[in-house]
Amino acid sequence: MQYLLLIYSNEAEYAARPQAEVAATMSEYGQFTQSIIQNGNYKGGERLRPVAMATTVRVRNGKTLTTDGPFAETREQLGGYYLIDAKNLDEATAIAARIPGARHGCVEVRPVWAMGEA
Amino acid sequence: MRSINIEDVFRAEAGRALATLIRLVGDFEYAEDALQDAFAAALAQWPVEGIPHNARAWLVEVGRRKAIDRIRRQTSWQHKQRELLTEAMIEAQAAEDADEQIVADDMLRLIFTCCHPALNVEAQVALTLRAVCGLANGEIARAFLVGEETMAQRLVRAKAKIRAARIPYETPDAAMLDERVDGVLATIYLVFTEGYAPTAGGELMREDLSREAIRLGRLLLQLMPQRASVQGLLALMLLHDARRNARATPEGEIIRLEDQDRSLWNRVQIAEGAALVEQALQSPGAPSPYAVQAAIAALHAQADSWIETDWRQIAGLYDVLLRLQPSPVIALNHAAAISMVDGPQAALNLVDSLAAREKLSGYHLLPAVRADLLVKLKRNDEAKAAYREAIALAKLAPERRWLEKRLKVLG
Repeated sequence: MQYLLLIYSNEAEYAARPQAEVAATMSEYGQFTQSIIQNGNYKGGERLRPVAMATTVRVRNGKTLTTDGPFAETREQLGGYYLIDAKNLDEATAIAARIPGARHGCVEVRPVWAMGEA
Repeated sequence: MRSINIEDVFRAEAGRALATLIRLVGDFEYAEDALQDAFAAALAQWPVEGIPHNARAWLVEVGRRKAIDRIRRQTSWQHKQRELLTEAMIEAQAAEDADEQIVADDMLRLIFTCCHPALNVEAQVALTLRAVCGLANGEIARAFLVGEETMAQRLVRAKAKIRAARIPYETPDAAMLDERVDGVLATIYLVFTEGYAPTAGGELMREDLSREAIRLGRLLLQLMPQRASVQGLLALMLLHDARRNARATPEGEIIRLEDQDRSLWNRVQIAEGAALVEQALQSPGAPSPYAVQAAIAALHAQADSWIETDWRQIAGLYDVLLRLQPSPVIALNHAAAISMVDGPQAALNLVDSLAAREKLSGYHLLPAVRADLLVKLKRNDEAKAAYREAIALAKLAPERRWLEKRLKVLG
């Protein structure tokens, strides 16, 4: 079964961290990603640009409305994700707990709603 | 024809039968439907043929067959999944369901699933009472003072999440077990406290909930006999519950511990609780907070009177508890015990520093404890103000009435 792990953190706090710390986190992410590839859990995953780079699109009455910024202002922002395969929620949350970002931000675990599933 | 009531058999066997059916069917809701079908069949058959010797095995076997019928009729399921499931269920041996160890394992799986931390606390409580204790939706709704519709919705959402997020039907592995057991205990204790000291409403106690919580505690201890935290929680519940008959007047007015008629306490239950506390405290490692609270309750329960209570040891145990599990409520209780050891002024100092340190606005026990201490120090005007503050904050009608009585005495 597939789960999407959404990694949230406070962008401003994250940006203010010293260079060495950021480099260490990046290397931890590399190791973590390698480990879930090896275990066969990895389906995909990327880091996202900050919300300042986001654009929101809505279509109303056939008209496309394009605005600057994320769709909601929140204290913590979506900063990246992994798509994983896990046998159940316990395995998925155990993997989520190993994501480096879980230690300062949080990780939302969402089951994928497969096509055709009730 | 045996004289045992069929409803009583259902109540006693529902949890275990459901636990096994969930494993066989692989789905919470299908298993529940199957069990309802089995109950319906039993209601038709048992009054004529008598209650079968092994009622649970009968219910599981009939439920299993009913579930196979239901799944075969289901067209929305993906064909292959349906075939696999029915095959597996047909092969399942009914004989193994009589094996006590397998039934015990199923029961543990059910408890851990109902108390899974991915479900919110209200849902955990509702599911546990429904699935493990076999309470009806309406009974649970009344116990928690919510509408039957609200409670039904809560259960539907919880079961939908179990299925969609695939919350496993498993006993957690060793690495997670301690944490998950603590979660189960917290849920059981919540059921107990809601029965013993409801957070709202007109009644002082709701006996049914406390009784179910004790039943759950006994069941869990039977399933995990060596766990000190489980022993501690069951002891705590038994010891508190032992004072039930002395806690209120027939009119529902509060009688405080110091004024209770100790001959009304349930001595059998106290002995059982005290023995469990001893076992729990002998286990290696840091004591469980439940065991320490139970030890305090045991000291109260075994004292001949309020004055003859071992206050020094109680104050010491509250000290231990504060280090294990710091909370303003425990700090208040610690202060109350200190007042019996070092006098009301020392206790008042503790309460005032607590009030300055913690955000406790809205908690009626703080001004209530303060007021009691001020009375002992003969500072009646301040005591009256504190009682008024407590009255304004108290949520339970009997608590308010009791505080009003204390205020009136001061003139």
